[in-house]
Amino acid sequence: MWQRSHKSSEERKLELRLGPPGEESLNESIKKCNRERNESPLTLGYFSTQKISSSDKPGPGGVMLSSAWPSTSYHQHQAKAKASFLQLQSCPKNMIVIGKDVPKLCCVENKTFSPSSENTTVSKRTASGSVVGWPPIRSFRRNIASGSTSKLPSGSHQHQHVVPGKVASTEPSHNSCKGLFVKINMDGVPIGRKVDINAYDSYEQLSSAVDELFRGLLLEMNLSHIASSHCCSGQRDSCGDGNQKKQEEEKANTGLLVGSGEYTLVYEDNEGDRMLVGDVPWHMFVSTVKRLRVLKRSDLPAFTRELT
Amino acid sequence: MAYTFSFPEEVLEHVFSFIESEKDRSAISLVCKSWYEIERWCRRRVFVGNCYAVSPVMVIKRFPELRSIALKGKPHFADFNLVPEGWGGYVCPWIAAMACALPCLEEIRLKRMVITDESLELVAKSFKNFKVLVLTSCEGFTTDGLAAIAANCRNLKELDLQESEVEDLSGHWLSHFPDSYTSLVSLNISCLGNEVSLSALERLLGRCPNLQTLRLNRAVPLDRLPNLLSRCPQLVELGTGVYSTELRPEVFSNLEAAFSGCKQLKSLSGFWDVLPSYLPAVYPICSRLTSLNLSYATIQTYDLIKLISQCRNLLRLWVLDYIEDAGLYALAASCKDLRELRVFPSDPFGLDPNVALTEQGLVSVSEGCPKLQSVLYFCRQMSNAALYTIARNRPNLTRFRLCIIEPRTPDYITREPLDSGFGAIVEHCKDLQRLSLSGLLTDRVFEYIGTYGKKLEMLSVAFAGESDLGLHHVLSGCDNLRKLEIRDCPFGDKALLANAAKLETMRSLWMSSCSVSYGACKLLGQKMPRLNVEVIDERGPPDSRPISCPVEKLYIYRSIAGPRLDMPGFVWTMEDDSSLRLESSR
Repeated sequence: MWQRSHKSSEERKLELRLGPPGEESLNESIKKCNRERNESPLTLGYFSTQKISSSDKPGPGGVMLSSAWPSTSYHQHQAKAKASFLQLQSCPKNMIVIGKDVPKLCCVENKTFSPSSENTTVSKRTASGSVVGWPPIRSFRRNIASGSTSKLPSGSHQHQHVVPGKVASTEPSHNSCKGLFVKINMDGVPIGRKVDINAYDSYEQLSSAVDELFRGLLLEMNLSHIASSHCCSGQRDSCGDGNQKKQEEEKANTGLLVGSGEYTLVYEDNEGDRMLVGDVPWHMFVSTVKRLRVLKRSDLPAFTRELT
Repeated sequence: MAYTFSFPEEVLEHVFSFIESEKDRSAISLVCKSWYEIERWCRRRVFVGNCYAVSPVMVIKRFPELRSIALKGKPHFADFNLVPEGWGGYVCPWIAAMACALPCLEEIRLKRMVITDESLELVAKSFKNFKVLVLTSCEGFTTDGLAAIAANCRNLKELDLQESEVEDLSGHWLSHFPDSYTSLVSLNISCLGNEVSLSALERLLGRCPNLQTLRLNRAVPLDRLPNLLSRCPQLVELGTGVYSTELRPEVFSNLEAAFSGCKQLKSLSGFWDVLPSYLPAVYPICSRLTSLNLSYATIQTYDLIKLISQCRNLLRLWVLDYIEDAGLYALAASCKDLRELRVFPSDPFGLDPNVALTEQGLVSVSEGCPKLQSVLYFCRQMSNAALYTIARNRPNLTRFRLCIIEPRTPDYITREPLDSGFGAIVEHCKDLQRLSLSGLLTDRVFEYIGTYGKKLEMLSVAFAGESDLGLHHVLSGCDNLRKLEIRDCPFGDKALLANAAKLETMRSLWMSSCSVSYGACKLLGQKMPRLNVEVIDERGPPDSRPISCPVEKLYIYRSIAGPRLDMPGFVWTMEDDSSLRLESSR
């Protein structure tokens, strides 16, 4: 992270010297610095207390001339530094000069701000966009507005989902901007899945999505169920017609929500109660659902028994 | 000639019991040995500003009758992700020690600390008369820990999770408050992600007649709010949940009636996802409001003005920069009692300004609000002229935090550094305690701060200064400085080493992305045994780099507990001479 630097002659001029002024080689001044460092730097007395005289009040406009400063070589450097500072001298930010007692010039990439300015857009963006912890706001205060820079339109909104210009989900129960992922478990299946409720607009869409998720498992279970209840392959081509198989599956699976099929979809709501999917309007369901469960229809009586 | 003039201890103790301020208590304890003894036996409340400055055993040993403890952990810059995960701030050893030795403890207040469910369970089971748990910006626990508190703390009055990061496993924790529990006074769950069981909440509110503060989380639907409020009409402070729902007249009128029914309501917050049509429900109570937090409310200037201009008694306003200069002008005209203003950025990472908020807004407020003391202001442009005006208008400012969003932005009119503007602030505001700088700044501003900032206690600096002289001015000039936090400034070893003694008079110093070398850190650690010098560097051991290489981050704090033992792999405490001598004698 640090580099040896080759000092320009100007920098050498600005260097603090302990000995008599004059030409000194770079190496000698480095040696001096090292020697200094080995002595107790706690007794460094470079900084005399310099009080600003009362006449040097900050006033409107320009930079104050530093008349209160005693004229040490340090001071001279400061004046030089100020001049070079105002001339937009930029230096690599990480450059650490070896002689530690050379005060560093301020690395000024003088980013001016004005809406119509010629933009050093790239550096400006990187500077404010990728600097860690800047601007200093807590993480929960970020992303309050939408990504767009336009302001929110005023006016009433008929539906809580319709709030233009907002990236944040209007689902009160979810803080993320993206989707409302709820767990979905199925009886007899040890590993659950997750489904994004926000991706759907209706119960039909949800049910087909659930189908997709558990299709393989349901097929297996259907097959085993069918095999056990219908002894032969009378109703099923065991080796073959994909279409027919699919039809059978679909027949079995669309029964999921209709209630006449093999399985029932239930959900747990925001109050912790288990409810049958399909009773309330879709948007109300979305705002209260916490998790989903696919139950075997035959389990229902036991299920209702559980509730009482 | 000396004579002993002694009151019986009980009398002194009784007198001391009227002294509550920690500073005064400390002063009392320094008078003489017997006063020290008497004072320590009757000290009920202790504030530890840095949990690593002292060990739990030391505190308990000195104050065996403590009832209330407040602890702070991570440095302030942890709020902005500058302190790597796992740095420290674990409260576990404190809780473990207090669970054994202080069974009568009633209050625990933590800020920026890590607390686990196990610790919460220990709190719940160990302190029979536990009353107050405040976890500000804490992390490490889940709702299971909260369930333990709810289930066991029969006398709990205050549960405040302000801005903490809680792993929200389930909203059912609230149901763990037993039916016999009725002592709740303050509940703040605004940081929780999931919905709590609303029916349980309703029942809880209904049976706690002393409830004064209720801060709900975003997940509480607006149409359930009237019902909740009807259970606690004595409420003084309310944080709503989401502030939008389907537009229905009966919901509106219920809401309006519910707000009006809370005759003591003085403080409002929450207001996530505001649907402007529901704002008028609040109008009838605006004139009573003293505190309004609209910092999540994405509503426009017009709606903000309509709301705020009715809040004639407002003392504190937190708002987004949607308020714009026009809104701040209206604020200045309507809210003559205003003490505190915070304006947060709605689009902090945007390239261009998205709102018409400039330095003028702040100037208007400084002109119109004679009692304004505390300012936090995010904006995109500033001028020295504006800062002079603000300083001359409001010499009574005690907290001034200005954040010009783009680092190193100069005065937009003159293109010069903002040194003299900030200089005017420190010069005129003689009681300034807290200052945050931004914009283009040279060493000059630090000269002003060192000269005039005599009451300054906390200073935050970023992307400023030119040389060690800047840091030297601050360390040598600010007599009351307690906390200094610096990032991305060209400050190196010299000022730090020249002012080493000053560091022992401060609580802490944070420096990140500066130019302090490892060698200087080692030296400081060596020579100052009562300072913990922590080098935080995620690049690996500092020994693997040259000694002159600057460290990534540096955290120095005074401590009588010695170096801490719970450091993660990326933190090194510089050893002092005594331990080094021990090393060499082995």
